Amino acid sequence: MTSGSGISARLRTITERVLSGSATVFVLLGLIVVVISVLNPRFLDPTSLMLFIKKAAPLVLLAIGQYFVIVSGEFDLSVGSLVGAQVVIAALLINGVESATVPVILGMFVGGALIGLVNGLITTLLKVPSIITTLGMMLVLYGAIRWLTGGAPTGALSENFRVLGRQGIDDVPFIGQIPWALLIMVALGIGAGYLMRSAWGRTLIAVGDNERAATFAGARVWWVKTTAFVLSSVLATAAGILLGGYAGVTAQVGQGLEFTAITAVVLGGVVLGGGRGWVVAAMAGALTVEALFRLFTQLNLPSTIRPTAQGLIIIAAVAYAAVDRARRQRTSTAIGTPRHSDVAS
Amino acid sequence: MRLTKAGLAGLAIAGLVLTGCTTDSPGADDQAEPGDQATDQEWFVQADYDRELAQRSITPEGDADQPWLQAIEPDWVDTSGFLNEEGDATVCFSNASVSNPWRVTGWITMQQQVEVLQDSGDIGEFRVSDAADNDNQQISDIQAFVDAGDCDVIIISPSTTATLTPAVQTACDSGVPVVVFDRGVNTDCAVTFIHPIGGYAYGADGAEFLVENLEPGSKVLALRILPGVDVLENRWAAAQQIFNGSELEILGNEFTEGDGAKIKDIVTQYLERGDVDGIWMDAGDGAVAALEAFEDFGVDYPVMVGEDELSFMRKWKETGITAIAPVYSNFQWRTPILAAMDILAGEQVPAEWVLPQSPITSADLDEYLERNADMPSLHYAKFGGEDLPGFPDAWQNR
Repeated sequence: MTSGSGISARLRTITERVLSGSATVFVLLGLIVVVISVLNPRFLDPTSLMLFIKKAAPLVLLAIGQYFVIVSGEFDLSVGSLVGAQVVIAALLINGVESATVPVILGMFVGGALIGLVNGLITTLLKVPSIITTLGMMLVLYGAIRWLTGGAPTGALSENFRVLGRQGIDDVPFIGQIPWALLIMVALGIGAGYLMRSAWGRTLIAVGDNERAATFAGARVWWVKTTAFVLSSVLATAAGILLGGYAGVTAQVGQGLEFTAITAVVLGGVVLGGGRGWVVAAMAGALTVEALFRLFTQLNLPSTIRPTAQGLIIIAAVAYAAVDRARRQRTSTAIGTPRHSDVAS
Repeated sequence: MRLTKAGLAGLAIAGLVLTGCTTDSPGADDQAEPGDQATDQEWFVQADYDRELAQRSITPEGDADQPWLQAIEPDWVDTSGFLNEEGDATVCFSNASVSNPWRVTGWITMQQQVEVLQDSGDIGEFRVSDAADNDNQQISDIQAFVDAGDCDVIIISPSTTATLTPAVQTACDSGVPVVVFDRGVNTDCAVTFIHPIGGYAYGADGAEFLVENLEPGSKVLALRILPGVDVLENRWAAAQQIFNGSELEILGNEFTEGDGAKIKDIVTQYLERGDVDGIWMDAGDGAVAALEAFEDFGVDYPVMVGEDELSFMRKWKETGITAIAPVYSNFQWRTPILAAMDILAGEQVPAEWVLPQSPITSADLDEYLERNADMPSLHYAKFGGEDLPGFPDAWQNR
């Protein structure tokens, strides 16, 4: 196999993927970006785009993590609370002391991984549905923050802690600043892409598609799913570091992010129940959700009606993708085998 | 199969999103139109507005060193019927919640005040229930105090006005003296209702500052926490009233839920569209995030309306911006305990105990920063607990 044909084969796969079930999200993202830039041409300024990425990066990381869990047929509702807990505890421990930054960040990752491990093991070994496990974990973490802080966060993040979410490589020609958040997002995105092409990734999808078949085929279902939960929690930790860096610590940090992340993943064409979906499309879903928020501000849509508009657009997008997928399936069955209706009539 | 599965999934998610975000109350929608500066009548009562604005310039009765005992135009009521000479009183407190830093700060001050009175033998037991912002929970909390029958006084900080009114009435009907503070209820059965001047005065302090410090034609962005909360709506209604009579251009008003990331993002978006010369906020949570948006965008700081939260005041000092910190007097959390003691001693208390409420300006910024030098960043400068024995440790180690 020559390298040339390898690349073209890869290009073909990517094109097929973009044109298949995931197409809607790219079309929608493009559409929203066009509308925003018509309303406000400055949006396409590199500086503005970079600021947009800084805001969107935490959600993109959460979407990658949520993708792993959803594609394996589970949910992770604990990520919003986890982000909140991580940022609040980091502020408490660091309390403005620069030298504490690195140890605390390392501790956050260890803590995050442990939470994921607990989520995963309870779901797989104790057979508790993940929606319950992670809902419970969400409440446990939420209560723990309240108990620890008496209802409101104390302490402060150090300047060093905030570098990743707030700063970047300065003085880049034409662009100005390349945010660290962008580089982290791209690196983790590529990493996730490769991971999904590995044996682990293929098993993960197989498990989500048909758990019993995967078990018979010799897959260690509990192990694959547990690692997915651990990855989700670790990515939520990274998202917390970016989010805390972006805007500092407030009492509300992280609230509701689990639903925004699930929304992003579903918009990306990933099927709830598992077995289908592309991680890059899930990331695009996160960018789309953020772009949607931005569009509403640009349109001067009253704040109170925004959740409704957001809900309608999401329903429409997912329904469109589903109808599209069903149509494709019908076409392919028509060519291959007689349809059920043909046989019946 | 796939069609229905994915369709249902979409509906489910959209449902989650909708229920997750709809804390909004109907009727507040029309406020969000930018440029639409008509004051929403639902949240605006001209007489209350006029009274509150006038109260700002009235010198309150009482010692200026103890603002938590001062009262504006008090109408004293006799409480000799509640005289309790035994001491060791059982004080019952139904708290709406400690769900924001302002309430946490006040709650600590209240506990410290109680400790002093417990040491002196005036208070025996201090019984507390926290409703965690849940109306139903608070109604049953109050009922439990009434049923227990051994409270000598019931202090209530209501979570919402209309829903809690019957519960407060029940407490009054039990014959025990009732003290209501912070948010009010639609009954005056309580012996005293304690509160700072109010939301209109708060909103007006900031809005007037912007009008005075900005050139005509300057652009102002309003950042608000949530729609439909009366204390916050009053602040915005007063600000709109002032902006209407000015030549400032209001770019828009946005709900932020006090979330720093949202605030920073929204301010950034407005900066992308053009200059922002001033920021008005209905509460100072996240004011620092708003200022950071200007830093990261590389433009000059706006004229800023924050709050007496220390993170904002420290940023104010550090950057030297033109700013004001409206104050919703946090020291009001001390007053109900002291009022309860007055009532049990049979001494007069004001029927409506209006506490002073004055903003922190650049003139007294340094003074308040110095007084709170060791305090954490989400602490409120006018907490009024410096003379309590637990100071400063109790407020530092929350």
